[in-house]
Amino acid sequence: MTELTTTPAPSAARRADEGRPIAVRLEGVSAGYGDRLALEDVSLTIPAGSLLAVIGPNGAGKSTLLKTMAGLLPPRSGRIEVLGAEPGVHARRVAYVPQAEAVDWEFPVTVGEVVMMGRYTHIGIGRGPGRHDHHVVGDALETVGMHHAIDRRIGALSGGQRRRVFLARALASEPDLYLLDEPVTGVDATTQEDLMDVLEAEARAGKTVVATTHDLACAAHRFQETALVNRRIVASGPARDLILDQRLLAETYGGHVLVLPDLTGGAVLIDDAHHHDETAGGEQHYHEETHR
Amino acid sequence: MNVAGFLLDPMTYGFMQRGLLAALLVGVVCAVMGTFVVLKGLAFIGDAVSHAALPGLAIAFILGIPIYLGGAVAAVGTAIAIGAVARRGGLRFDTAVGVLFAGTFALGVLLFSTIKSYTIDLFSYLVGNVLGITAADLATLTVLGAIVLAIVLVLRKELLYATFDPAGAAAAGLPVPALEYLLLALLGVTIVVSIQAVGIVMVVAMLVTPAATAQLLAVRFGRLVGVAIAVAAASAVIGLYLSFHLNVASGASIVLVETVVFLGALVLSPRHGLLVRWRHRLEPTAPGS
Repeated sequence: MTELTTTPAPSAARRADEGRPIAVRLEGVSAGYGDRLALEDVSLTIPAGSLLAVIGPNGAGKSTLLKTMAGLLPPRSGRIEVLGAEPGVHARRVAYVPQAEAVDWEFPVTVGEVVMMGRYTHIGIGRGPGRHDHHVVGDALETVGMHHAIDRRIGALSGGQRRRVFLARALASEPDLYLLDEPVTGVDATTQEDLMDVLEAEARAGKTVVATTHDLACAAHRFQETALVNRRIVASGPARDLILDQRLLAETYGGHVLVLPDLTGGAVLIDDAHHHDETAGGEQHYHEETHR
Repeated sequence: MNVAGFLLDPMTYGFMQRGLLAALLVGVVCAVMGTFVVLKGLAFIGDAVSHAALPGLAIAFILGIPIYLGGAVAAVGTAIAIGAVARRGGLRFDTAVGVLFAGTFALGVLLFSTIKSYTIDLFSYLVGNVLGITAADLATLTVLGAIVLAIVLVLRKELLYATFDPAGAAAAGLPVPALEYLLLALLGVTIVVSIQAVGIVMVVAMLVTPAATAQLLAVRFGRLVGVAIAVAAASAVIGLYLSFHLNVASGASIVLVETVVFLGALVLSPRHGLLVRWRHRLEPTAPGS
């Protein structure tokens, strides 16, 4: 399987990469469930301090890619190295946030209790949280602007607030690698900006952030790098260059994407994330999912 | 009869003292395990495991080995087998459990029918009799119950995380499959501990009802367990006294008190209660959720 990778003009940022340690390295990784392979022959190198968006249509294997890195799904073939070892070895230094759909929101836990879960593997078996742990939880909730809700039931929050709380849980575990499945899907613009500010700050501090997203505009504007995925890596490199490349996007989305020039000279990206169950009319969705 | 007499008279009997201790023990252990049963949606599995304990009890009875040992082996074995079926997939999960449930129970009834006094023995296992408990049985139950409570206490954080967000917990390094099997094994032991008190048919009520009541009343997980324990303990005491004074079956009496408490919470709960909903409906502007 050939791998298409754009070769961007060498920039200062790119050259600075070379000394950086590698956070995640995948070599020829195939993975899937049952008979179905969701990923085939994926090779990807993510330097520490990256802010990487994983982009692709539904069913392209974005979540699968994240799960293999998190050690939740062993690969069928190929090699994965996470923080210098096999996935799962440095689990305490990895924070994984599942998609909102994967969580039972009726569960009787408070915001504070959810964020404290990020401290559990640091606290250790049989012991309760100490003062330091409460302090870290409080700070994490401050950072995402949710400290006021510390004693509220998680299910009583809006979709955007729940994403903020789960990011706080990830922050509280003080990881070196963030693996976030759709962290800004179905949230309002303010929440998206706030969450991206937090992730940007973490990347600047040397942490590695890998997030899947459907939102091409957000990926282009707020992420440094992107990996275009459709069962294999279509391309990886600087986010803006790749996302404005119509040919690459067409290859990733199988032609179901439109790039329209907008008034400010940039581009508006319209992707049809639902093309799998497309009905007559070739309806195009601006992809802003709302979960109710 | 005065209040003091109402409360103290039954305690002059040794079987009532033992029965009360056993009922409290079973109530508390079931309430703690029940919170996980309710949150993980294991009620049907609990029912299946309790029925699957019957052949174990029968075999132990026939062979003359300790009854609880036979029941525990059967219950824990079934619980772990169900866990394996759940991970494997293939057949619809509830279908597979349903088949197992009926088959093992039939085997138990069949084995009991080979025993001479089988109607009496079978009946006591089906509906329980906490007042018939011997001192030796009570000691065994106390040890088993204490083991279950100690394990849950030590692993409370890990079990909570694995129940709430299995993927996040596994990625953080917790052994989620092992914790799930442990939970099922503890469920098996809890059920065996409870059979003497409330019987195979009603164990599931002891597991589910206090936790379900607590879920209506508590917001945080920490308090959920406390409320479930309080509901179970109070129901055990009230149920047993009612059973004594009204001369009715003890297991059924305890389960019915729990059910009444649950219905009360359903009406009065500050968050989900029917009273609150009716009031909202009457108000011109109901607050959005």
